[in-house]
Amino acid sequence: MTINTENTAALQPLLEIRDLAISFSTSNGEVQAVRNAHLTVMPGETVAIVGESGSGKSTTALAAIGLLDGNGRVSGGQIIFDGEDISHASEKRLQELRGNSIGMVPQDPMSNLNPVWKIGFQVKETLRANGLPHTPADVAKVLEQAGLPDAERRAKQYPHEFSGGMRQRALIAIGLSCRPRLLIADEPTSALDVTVQRQILDHLGTLTDELGTAVLLITHDLGLAAERAQKVVVMYKGRVVESGPALEILTNPRHPYTRKLVESAPSLASKRIDSAKSLGVQSADLLTSEDSAKLKAADNVIEVKDLTKVFKLRSGLGKSTDFTAVDNVSFDIKRGTTTAVVGESGSGKSTVARMVLNLETPTSGSIMYNGVDMTTLNTKRLFEFRRRVQPIFQDPYGSLDPMYNIFRTIEEPLRVHKIGTAKSREAKVRELLDQVALPSSVMRRFPNELSGGQRQRVAIARALALDPEVVICDEAVSALDVLVQAQILNLLADLQSELGLSYLFITHDLAVVRQIADFVCVMEKGKLVETGTTDEVFDAPQQDYTRALLAAIPGSRLELPPEVA
Amino acid sequence: MNKDTANTEHYVAPLEETPLAETDSVKEETKALSLWGEAWRNLRTQPLFIISALLILLILTVAAFPGLFTSASPDEGCLLANSDGGPAPGHPLGYTFQGCDVYARVIYGTRASVLVGLLTTIAVVIIGGILGALAGYYGGWLDAILARLGDIFFALPLILGAIIIMQLPAFRENRTTVTVVFTLLIFGWPQVARITRGAVISVRNADFVVASRSLGVSKFSALMKHVIPNSLAPVIVIATISLGTFIVAEATLSFLGIGLPPSIMSWGNDISAAQTSLRSNPSTLLWPAAALSITVLSFIMLGDAVRDALDPKARKR
Repeated sequence: MTINTENTAALQPLLEIRDLAISFSTSNGEVQAVRNAHLTVMPGETVAIVGESGSGKSTTALAAIGLLDGNGRVSGGQIIFDGEDISHASEKRLQELRGNSIGMVPQDPMSNLNPVWKIGFQVKETLRANGLPHTPADVAKVLEQAGLPDAERRAKQYPHEFSGGMRQRALIAIGLSCRPRLLIADEPTSALDVTVQRQILDHLGTLTDELGTAVLLITHDLGLAAERAQKVVVMYKGRVVESGPALEILTNPRHPYTRKLVESAPSLASKRIDSAKSLGVQSADLLTSEDSAKLKAADNVIEVKDLTKVFKLRSGLGKSTDFTAVDNVSFDIKRGTTTAVVGESGSGKSTVARMVLNLETPTSGSIMYNGVDMTTLNTKRLFEFRRRVQPIFQDPYGSLDPMYNIFRTIEEPLRVHKIGTAKSREAKVRELLDQVALPSSVMRRFPNELSGGQRQRVAIARALALDPEVVICDEAVSALDVLVQAQILNLLADLQSELGLSYLFITHDLAVVRQIADFVCVMEKGKLVETGTTDEVFDAPQQDYTRALLAAIPGSRLELPPEVA
Repeated sequence: MNKDTANTEHYVAPLEETPLAETDSVKEETKALSLWGEAWRNLRTQPLFIISALLILLILTVAAFPGLFTSASPDEGCLLANSDGGPAPGHPLGYTFQGCDVYARVIYGTRASVLVGLLTTIAVVIIGGILGALAGYYGGWLDAILARLGDIFFALPLILGAIIIMQLPAFRENRTTVTVVFTLLIFGWPQVARITRGAVISVRNADFVVASRSLGVSKFSALMKHVIPNSLAPVIVIATISLGTFIVAEATLSFLGIGLPPSIMSWGNDISAAQTSLRSNPSTLLWPAAALSITVLSFIMLGDAVRDALDPKARKR
């Protein structure tokens, strides 16, 4: 060996995980959460761990900082931080490392700040614990670095006075306050709106570049990982299945799982459509929609006109202030097409969905269903209307009654509307399960025994039980893992062409919209700011807000060679 | 190999080690399990549950068929000659001040205590459950009125309130099991109503309730079919635990002379009667008190075990 010492020092990895195995002891015995995991983080480098929920990505990162749950332990392998094996280091040693050498930005900014202490105090606490100067000026400096304007005043505020993005900035400030050499960011932005997400990640990027901090970024979004990290580690079922330079993984995925992931990541798929269009490929091959001339000819199944919803907010005794959640919104849903309503949280998109479902009465305006104003329907007609318009909700864990087995869940709408006999209803349930590609053996199972994707299929089957014309999907795929998300989107598209359904798709995820929608309505703060066909909105956005949303799609700045795209 | 290239190497796991599982496969082999089924499977193996269930089974059998456990009569054939006598053949626990068989009295006293506990629990769950569910589900003025009403009853001390109620002319003349149950019901329902209200509120906005409402299920049947079955678990737990406390309350009232009349045999009455011979013959106090403690303890243990089974998060690892 003739490498000189200076060189080896520079090349020594900051964090090296070798053959790591982590097991949890549960009431069902030992469970192996992570096996044979290995990754290296060089000083100043950003490495992303990508995987679906339960793949062991967070567990691996938590092990590196010695913060596994009480029942978990490192059962094999080594975690080497800066040349020191810390896989079985004492709590005292780990405490020395935490904050000082390894910082952490947790996932949920809403629950990771202590609500009873001022932000400044929480920063000060970190500084003091690591023996750094902690005068108010130092605290303000740390917060300012994290991009909080007016830091001195902000330090005196409580977490509830901060927005989600500001809280995450405060958490980043705390994570970076002691100039750690490695920052572990566990899904740092998945609870935030897309535009905020982009700002935060941009800021995190520049900040860690300046400080020379290495970042271990944990995410479920391959597009985001590829955009932000030099190196990507893909984890699947507790193992590292593929790792390498970010672009190399995207362009040349070799493991079948990575290949599937690259195919189905919405952010990348959206990118792919873009690139293909620039190459002159007809959009019909890529999108689920038929050609736009035919779409324009279709009649409207639902027409929403000047829809307004004002909520009365209680403010003290007997007084109330008006809050306009939806402000003069008008759009149409053409028969057999998909209309997407896009917006960030608080934009009023879900209130629109609830009004179209007639779960909420509009303050003014009308919703015409097949030419009939349904806000004026009597109980009996309303009951009929409910048959024709069905919802699919976001959370597949919440939308099925845990006490009902799958058969009863899907049969319920049939029973309520007194359709068929017990026997014909059972046949119908079998048929519906078949349509959503579930075996009829799930009929006797309960929701807690099914995975998220399966539950969402059951929810779709229930929505289809009454042969509806319109299905309202309220964030129907947002809670699902990428691969399952792709399956469900395909299923929805297949069902649309098979049954001629019309979808109203409520979502915050523009990448998903690009894949499924024919028309897009963009909402901001209760107002409709832009409408148009998906191509129009994506290719030539008219409003700044829409442009900001589009730019915030993770992976939108990736330069992909055409053969991948 | 150069370390730098080793670090950025494109690594792919061997395929046979990490086969691609079906993302959405259904386990076909296991038996279908509902929430209750799972709870039961978990309960069956809990020592706490087994012990308390066996004890409760025993207590219920004693209450239903006291004749099976003793041939001695609890109130006939009490001979003053035996007053405060020690154990004798056929009378293992000795005699009371009045010369009655302590063992037989403990056995025969079970029925009144258990009956009061059971009836009160059932009544409290029905009344408190209905009021709490309606208040939680419909909210608004109904909730406001019921919640304040519950608070008023909550604020009244049980013993003081019971003394006043039992002194009402209608009650004073004919005190029976029913009057005691009624008194305990008046002070017991707010607690169940509160728990039910909380449980219903947490379920009423669940997506599956909204989903069934948009399917055309009416508001009331959504309450009956979806909301109530899903809010039962905490109510069952609180009911099991308070069954024990109602038995204690009955004993307290009887001890103070405002519960069951002396003509009905109950542990509370026996404990009260044992006061006179506390110094000379403490065992007359000990045995009914022990029976009372064991019964109450069994129900509270059962409630604990049921809560653990129904709430997987609280389950100890």
